[in-house]
Amino acid sequence: MSTTTTSTPPPPPVEPATAEKRSSPFGVVAERLRSGELGPWPVIIGLIIIWIVFQSLNDRFLTAQNLSNMAVQIAAAGTISVGVVLVLLLGEIDLSVGSVAGVGAAALAVLSVRHGVGEVPAVIIVLILGALIGTLQGFIFAKVGVPAFVVTLAGNLGWLGLQLYLLFPQGTINIPYDGFVAKLTHTNLSRIAGWVVGALIVVAYAAAAVVDGRRRARAGLPTPSMTATLVRIIGLAVVIGATVAVLNSWQGVPLALVIFVGLVVVMDLVLRRTRYGRQIFAVGGNVEAARRAGMNVAAIRISVFALASTFAAFGGILFASRSFAASQATGGGDTLLIAIAAAVIGGVSLFGGRGSAYGALLGSLVLGSIASGMFLLQLESSVRYMITAAVLLAAVILDSLSRRGRAAHGRA
Amino acid sequence: MSEQAGGTTRQGDGGPSPDGAVLSLAGISKRFGAVHALSDASLAVKAGEVVALVGDNGAGKSTMIKAIAGVNPADDGEILWEGRPVTITKPHDAATLGIATVYQDLALCDNLDVVANLFLGNEVANGIVLDEISMERRATELLDTLSVKIPSVRTPVASLSGGQRQSVAIARSLLGEPKVVLLDEPTAALGVAQTAQVLDLIERLRDRGLGVVLISHNLADVRAVADRVAVLRLGRNAGEFVMAETSQEQIVEAITGASESVVTRRQARVEAAEAARDVGQKRQASDPQEQS
Ligand SMILES: Nc1ncnc2c1ncn2[C@@H]1O[C@H](COP(=O)(O)OP(=O)(O)OP(=O)(O)O)[C@@H](O)[C@H]1O
Ligand SMILES: [Mg+2]
Repeated sequence: MSTTTTSTPPPPPVEPATAEKRSSPFGVVAERLRSGELGPWPVIIGLIIIWIVFQSLNDRFLTAQNLSNMAVQIAAAGTISVGVVLVLLLGEIDLSVGSVAGVGAAALAVLSVRHGVGEVPAVIIVLILGALIGTLQGFIFAKVGVPAFVVTLAGNLGWLGLQLYLLFPQGTINIPYDGFVAKLTHTNLSRIAGWVVGALIVVAYAAAAVVDGRRRARAGLPTPSMTATLVRIIGLAVVIGATVAVLNSWQGVPLALVIFVGLVVVMDLVLRRTRYGRQIFAVGGNVEAARRAGMNVAAIRISVFALASTFAAFGGILFASRSFAASQATGGGDTLLIAIAAAVIGGVSLFGGRGSAYGALLGSLVLGSIASGMFLLQLESSVRYMITAAVLLAAVILDSLSRRGRAAHGRA
Repeated sequence: MSEQAGGTTRQGDGGPSPDGAVLSLAGISKRFGAVHALSDASLAVKAGEVVALVGDNGAGKSTMIKAIAGVNPADDGEILWEGRPVTITKPHDAATLGIATVYQDLALCDNLDVVANLFLGNEVANGIVLDEISMERRATELLDTLSVKIPSVRTPVASLSGGQRQSVAIARSLLGEPKVVLLDEPTAALGVAQTAQVLDLIERLRDRGLGVVLISHNLADVRAVADRVAVLRLGRNAGEFVMAETSQEQIVEAITGASESVVTRRQARVEAAEAARDVGQKRQASDPQEQS
């Protein structure tokens, strides 16, 4: 606490009050724990533990085939989860995403199979439908003032009804095996293409890091040390390299995984680097502050609900793609809960304003790993539900504890 | 509703509003139903001057600030900005004129870092991409010129102390290059050291040539930084004083309403005792208020 002051004139070469304090890695971790800014580390460590446990119970767990399957498996629910992250960042909840996914799948099948609309236009129409659904729900929440919880609970029921209505009388509509939609989750990149995509990501990241560091240095701002930058670039290269190598040793990188990760990366950039993303964090952090800062809170809220429903509709398309059909069960069952749980396990705070798009990816990996491990061990879904519940609870407890840590730290 | 008071102001000791005031208000009235929150009240602030606005709870201080800030415009009255009559009906009007307001609840986003909070709603961007580098540079410069000490401009505001948060809120109000800053109880809920920090900051605002209107219940703080004190009582002006020529007792008297209150009676007793002692004739050994 530097409450120096009094009458001494400000010392001319003001030792930048803002220079980064360099401290030991342990110090940083302890500090973060205390201040409640944990970032993604708990979930990454949790994921590693889960992998070690399942691998030791069944050595088929970490095989290329199983990991490939898992990658495709998580894409649909993971995509829905990206939308859920946005809503959670606002400090709200969307309970309708499962049903909206179901409506998306049903509308796609009805349009393309029953009415002969081309699959690509049908996908676009479904995405627009999703956006409209979200806009409606967001409007009722933001303008009429009904709690989001209730609006989307009504949506959960209502859109399920629409889904059943659309699928009547068949109940299930099959989509062609060789169509555009089916290919979304049944295509693998060639080995070369996989390496190229992986390399591009690493190069883009490294270039951004270097350029940013240079610009900061030129502006006279504290820059991250060379080693820190290198460690991060090499770390990313190792993770991506290992992923591509493993997936290539089976059938190649699944397109569905590229789509899912691509959506996560884009949303992360939107959230961290654009004015719109900053507005979402501001509304989630302190609505009153956002309003007084001149932000159009209602518009931000409506747009986020629109995005969430659009992601949900796209998730529904991926579900239909994976099972070659839209059925009454698409988007039902535990879809909603898994999508929300993934976001929360991925470290997105239920209290709003904290978290990252990568939470959807990490949380989906955790849940996908548990599901896949249980499947290999031939355990009932009863066990899977209970274990998933325990992991979710752990994530929420961590969230609440770190919130308390922050509160205590804030008053310190 | 109430009578327009024109440009003239009725005041206790300070005379008419000082010439060259950046901002002056006259005949301001505001009613909330049956409550006259402000009746024919006036206030003026010059560049490079700290005016303290004091008064008991419910005296109308916050109402006055909200009228100036355009949050809750007055029903009646005249506002002069650099001598020209202006109307302020919404926060944007005040901001365009060059009036910045720091409310008691600071309206910071705890989850965002200092830079993001400073530029909240005024982000610098190239196209749609935020220009973090120029924001961080300007934030660092601003905080350095104000000698605000924080560990890093990239710390989330949640982990700052109360004084640091207040400093960030005040610094934010300066980004729009205002000429007048309104501070509603900036030192309430702060400890001694943190209060000193904020008072220093207020002095630096004055030294930069800003007009500062400071609401405070703490007369020690007011005494420490204010050049003039304007007192409101029950929505009316109850005196205006030049700080250097005024005793705390006079201010208290104006706040509470003369000779009526416990406070003034107690002071009268003390003063009487002191006067008696000064004369030196009848030294009363039993005087209980010997000290001070
Ligand atoms: N929005 C409102 N609706 C109704 N009455 C109000 C409103 N705002 C203020 N008042 C009334 O106006 C009077 C002046 O209130 P104001 O908040 O300006 O007092 P204050 O001087 O800021 O007091 P404090 O020191 O307690 O903050 C009070 O009687 C208050 O009850
Ligand atoms: Mg008040």
